[in-house]
Amino acid sequence: MDETARFGRATALAWSTGGRHAGLAVALLLLAIVGTVTRPGTFATTDNLVSVLGLAATIGVITVGMTFVIVGGGIDLSVGAVMALASVWATTLATQAYGPAVMVLCALLVGTGAGLLNGLLVAYGRMVPFIATLAMLVAARGLAQRLSDRRTQLLRPENGAIESLATTRVLGLPLLVYLFAAVAVAGWLLLNRTTFGRRTFAVGGNPEAARLAGIDVRRHTLLLYALSGLCCGIAAIIIMARTTTGSSTHGDLYELDAIAAVIIGGTLLTGGRGTLVGSLLGLLVFTVITDLFILNGLDTSDQLIAKGAIIIAAVLLQRRGLAART
Amino acid sequence: MTDDTARPGGAAPPGEPPLLEMTGIVKQFPGARALDGVDLSVRAGEVHCLLGQNGAGKSTLIKVLAGAHRPDAGSVRLAGREIRPASPTAALRLGIAAIYQELDLVDGLPVADNIYLGHEMARLGFGLRGRTHRAARDLLARLGHPEISPAAEVGRLPAAGRQIVSMARALSHDARLLIMDEPSAALAHHEVANLFRVIRELTAAGVAVVYISHRLEEIREIGDRVTVLKDGRSVAAGLPAATTPTARVVALMTGRSAAHGFPERRPAPGGAPEVLRVEGLTLPGRFADVSFSVRAGEVVGLAGLVGSGRSEILETIYGARRPAAGRVLLDGRPLPPRTTAAVRRGIGMAPEERKAQALLLDESVARNVSLAALPRYARFGWLDRRRERADVAARLADLDVRPADPDRPVRTLSGGNQQKAVLARWLIDRRRVLLLDEPTRGVDVGARAELYRLVRDLAGAGLAVVLVSSEIPEVLGLADRVLVLREGRVVHEAPADGLDEHAVLNMIMEGSAMGAVTGDG
Repeated sequence: MDETARFGRATALAWSTGGRHAGLAVALLLLAIVGTVTRPGTFATTDNLVSVLGLAATIGVITVGMTFVIVGGGIDLSVGAVMALASVWATTLATQAYGPAVMVLCALLVGTGAGLLNGLLVAYGRMVPFIATLAMLVAARGLAQRLSDRRTQLLRPENGAIESLATTRVLGLPLLVYLFAAVAVAGWLLLNRTTFGRRTFAVGGNPEAARLAGIDVRRHTLLLYALSGLCCGIAAIIIMARTTTGSSTHGDLYELDAIAAVIIGGTLLTGGRGTLVGSLLGLLVFTVITDLFILNGLDTSDQLIAKGAIIIAAVLLQRRGLAART
Repeated sequence: MTDDTARPGGAAPPGEPPLLEMTGIVKQFPGARALDGVDLSVRAGEVHCLLGQNGAGKSTLIKVLAGAHRPDAGSVRLAGREIRPASPTAALRLGIAAIYQELDLVDGLPVADNIYLGHEMARLGFGLRGRTHRAARDLLARLGHPEISPAAEVGRLPAAGRQIVSMARALSHDARLLIMDEPSAALAHHEVANLFRVIRELTAAGVAVVYISHRLEEIREIGDRVTVLKDGRSVAAGLPAATTPTARVVALMTGRSAAHGFPERRPAPGGAPEVLRVEGLTLPGRFADVSFSVRAGEVVGLAGLVGSGRSEILETIYGARRPAAGRVLLDGRPLPPRTTAAVRRGIGMAPEERKAQALLLDESVARNVSLAALPRYARFGWLDRRRERADVAARLADLDVRPADPDRPVRTLSGGNQQKAVLARWLIDRRRVLLLDEPTRGVDVGARAELYRLVRDLAGAGLAVVLVSSEIPEVLGLADRVLVLREGRVVHEAPADGLDEHAVLNMIMEGSAMGAVTGDG
């Protein structure tokens, strides 16, 4: 192959990531225009923006963890259920008695603990990630139901500090939006600026090469799932703040939204390639669509159909990107 | 051409036109000419053996024949008719079936379904189970294995059974020409005897067999004629298998036309300290009781056939495999069998399968090179990317990687430059030992000379190097000391100066399928 052809291919590869981000940004812009035109009085308001970002924040934090797991060559189906479990555990009467700080700690510990268990099963028990985390999905929901007796647990008034994440606003935005932003920035830095992030790409892209380069692939995999669990714990805090409850029904099907957002964002489901910015743009596209359908009083069924169509379109585009390389 | 020595069997008389006639076959791959004018003529009912060293072009030739590759030049005639099979399926329809070393069977399916995979007996899309099983049973009986049940799951069969299923599949296509690539490699002695019996029956029925094996005594036993390949050319065609002296065959296989530029050896000074010591290393089924040591500045070469345990020995030293017995010492201290420990203690490896085992193909050269040395550029996990890039760029310049662009995806580099990137990974950090597994595979001649010089320079700088190569001249030209391996055991150890290619090849090819460590599968 001659040099120009090689160069062309290299630039095509470099372009594809930036190009996808641009494409998602354009899609987001178009959706905003549609919103402003169809609902001029309601779409472009602070209230609506806050509600979109609040919705995005919960799944967004989970999507950050999911991006790491998928780039690292795995998948985590248990995120929604683990978040529910963390929210329930943190709002039991016993936990609430210790006050908000312990509740927050409890949510983080439960999330991370479940993630560690996922990681142990996958990395050291050599289970297929799909199966290990599917089992965790079922079991965590069950445990959440048992702990809460299938009742929605209310945040007690003296623990209102947690609710203030949703009610206290800085520059017009609730604190939980800043929390989400902080998680996103920290995630981006971790993925793109640290040894851990670099190794995540290696472990997902070619585990054998990573192992032969002296990387402890199993330990790294364990940490990836623990990280995803930690994100679920943070998401549990956000959902407690937004709904003032802990419930075993929280986060139903969040795993699908998070995985869809990661895929739309251009991360390869087989691992080794992907961006956090893409995942979050994908998530925003999804959230804004939901918002548009609600604002326009459209059927939620149609909303699901639209989301499905978007996933397919994004994957087809992704395949075209791959074809351009080979 | 030599006269055909008459053998019992179905070989057609020399006067008849050959069943298969390949002339002037050329196959060009990016960066390498795999076949450069090969002639092969096979008669109906004969066993025609194909001999040649690794890289001589045997695999490519049979892939051309079986429709997996299309030749760039030359003609293939089957029973006098020019053919150009565009796919393995097309070749099968013409009656050409290949049985590769890695059998292409579906483990989860029963024997009968595997045999008729792709040409199932069916009516209106419904499989005719009874008929399929009866036909499969007939084929298996014809192959001398009536005990294999058509309903058995293929994944549960032993290696020999799988081989028989593969052959049954070929027969189910009414193959006139059967290509067998090292069929005896995974078989025990008595199974080889049965294989030969089956081959004789097939040839008696007029089927022609193209037989590839490294084992000369097998070729003498089963073969009618021999064609020798070397560097992509047929250097001798149609030699009588039974009577051509071994020395002649070996000479044909080795007589090298292209002189490789091996740099001058600068032997390690006598007092150089021992860096790596391997004691009684054993991995059951792969290799047994391997001991040697390497001093600073020394290159030790391991010579042996594929399957002789060469690569596995390197991988075990490196900690990628756990030995059943024996140990590895680095600078006199035992090395735990983990790659993380090996890398931390200063061992680097360039594995055999560069793309599958060493490279992140989609990532940039820079990220590939720095992968093993990341902690060097990190403070509390935070990467100093400027320092990382500067070091990578310096290493790329040292090794003359072209183009010297750290941001280019490693996928877009040529084989030689990819290999240099793998070496750069280990040279970015201080290494004590470098393990090189087939460092010049898929590397063109010019880049080879550069890699040779590089390896010698590294040794000169005090590294201990262990080199594995299936090309004997490479081992002899580059190493100070050579260990000859056969079937997992060290059969000879000598300074490279005291060995020549013929002697090593003789040692490697001696012996039979029976070996102390031969395992099946």
